[in-house]
Amino acid sequence: MKDVDRRGFLRVAGMSIGIGALYRTLPAAAMTGSANEMLTALGKKSGEKVAPFTFVQMSDTHVGFQGPPNPLGTKAFEQAVAKVNALPQRPDLVLFTGDLTHDSEDKDVHAARMKRFREIARNIKADKIVYVPGENDAGLDGGALFRENFGETYYSLDHKGVHFVALDNVSRAKPEVGKEQLDWLEKDLRRFSKATPIVVFTHRPLFDLKPEWEWFTSDGDEVTNILNRYDNVTVLYGHIHRDNEHHDGHTAHYGARSLIFGFPDPQKGPEKKPFAFDKEHPFAHLGIRSLDERPGEELRKDEIELTLREMSGVNGVQQMLRNPKI
Amino acid sequence: MSGIAVVVVILMSAGAARKVNAQGPRVIDITAKRYGFTPSTITLKKGETVTLRLHSEDVVHGFFSRPLKLDETIEPGKTAEVTITPQTVGTFQTICDHFCGAGHGSMSMTIVVE
Ligand SMILES: [Cu+2]
Repeated sequence: MKDVDRRGFLRVAGMSIGIGALYRTLPAAAMTGSANEMLTALGKKSGEKVAPFTFVQMSDTHVGFQGPPNPLGTKAFEQAVAKVNALPQRPDLVLFTGDLTHDSEDKDVHAARMKRFREIARNIKADKIVYVPGENDAGLDGGALFRENFGETYYSLDHKGVHFVALDNVSRAKPEVGKEQLDWLEKDLRRFSKATPIVVFTHRPLFDLKPEWEWFTSDGDEVTNILNRYDNVTVLYGHIHRDNEHHDGHTAHYGARSLIFGFPDPQKGPEKKPFAFDKEHPFAHLGIRSLDERPGEELRKDEIELTLREMSGVNGVQQMLRNPKI
Repeated sequence: MSGIAVVVVILMSAGAARKVNAQGPRVIDITAKRYGFTPSTITLKKGETVTLRLHSEDVVHGFFSRPLKLDETIEPGKTAEVTITPQTVGTFQTICDHFCGAGHGSMSMTIVVE
């Protein structure tokens, strides 16, 4: 059997589009016999049929951030929203993996940034939009502002045979999930059989990617130990502002690009310093990747470049910088 | 004769001071303040035991390094102390792992072990 390449399917950029999630999971499920029944049961439970579907991940929009790595502010985010709305298939789900806003020490300023984020996100045409906070959203107030806007910082939902888990590894003082949430996760997953496809979305990586850049979760190992009891787990995370792929047991981890500025490869750069803004390529290192997988067909990957439409190129950027209202 | 006596006294006190230092580890004061540490670099000798005395000038900060096994919380108005004897030569980054504000991601210092 051809490896349906769940790597390929779920590889993530600033946004990833997965089409046909269940095609990837069904062949594996078929091998375990009872798994098909389980998937059907899971679908029944959530009142939804097990079926292929489309979802999108968007990450690290940092609304309110202004500075040399991206003088265009929310432009990339707005462009990405337009791209999602132009998809041939309306996504069932949009997952936001944190740092929706850039933090401010002024609470009112931060609240205004959250409001602005919501104004932009409201334009997304999707059946359901779900969020986890990043440390910029929840680090200083323990998640209070986030909860006011979006509800709980960790929770789970079933969707067409896939179990989605939102994990919060940012709203405690330290970069950790914490015992209470670990206990909750264990209980939450206990009702599923090993073959259930699970997608975890969270902000920080759950493994030690680059601890000296704060790219880790202190108790990430404990999370992965729980996840590894299941055969088919995908973790989608943000925080690192670049692509990354990591495998640990049955769990595959994918880092997303940001929609504000990119970071270099930690193996190559000694310094944690964002890529400089390039007027020729204002959305370099941000971008979107779409993945389309159908049974019997080759995986189609498209790199979509964000464009400035009528104001593309250096002139357009200069015009926007002069007139930030545009 | 009195001149010689004075010289002896100086030698004794110098000797005593040296002795006190030899008994306890070297102490290095480090101050955390949004968004950096002062000093930004310290140099230690492999096998040397030093005490890092940590202060915060504003909010709660962290002081973390996986390879050096450092994981301290620095609260304003208090002093956190950690004694280490690094066994590996190299350059290590310690970071603030307690989210302290928008510039937090770049808050780090360098510990060089020679
Ligand atoms: Cu800090």
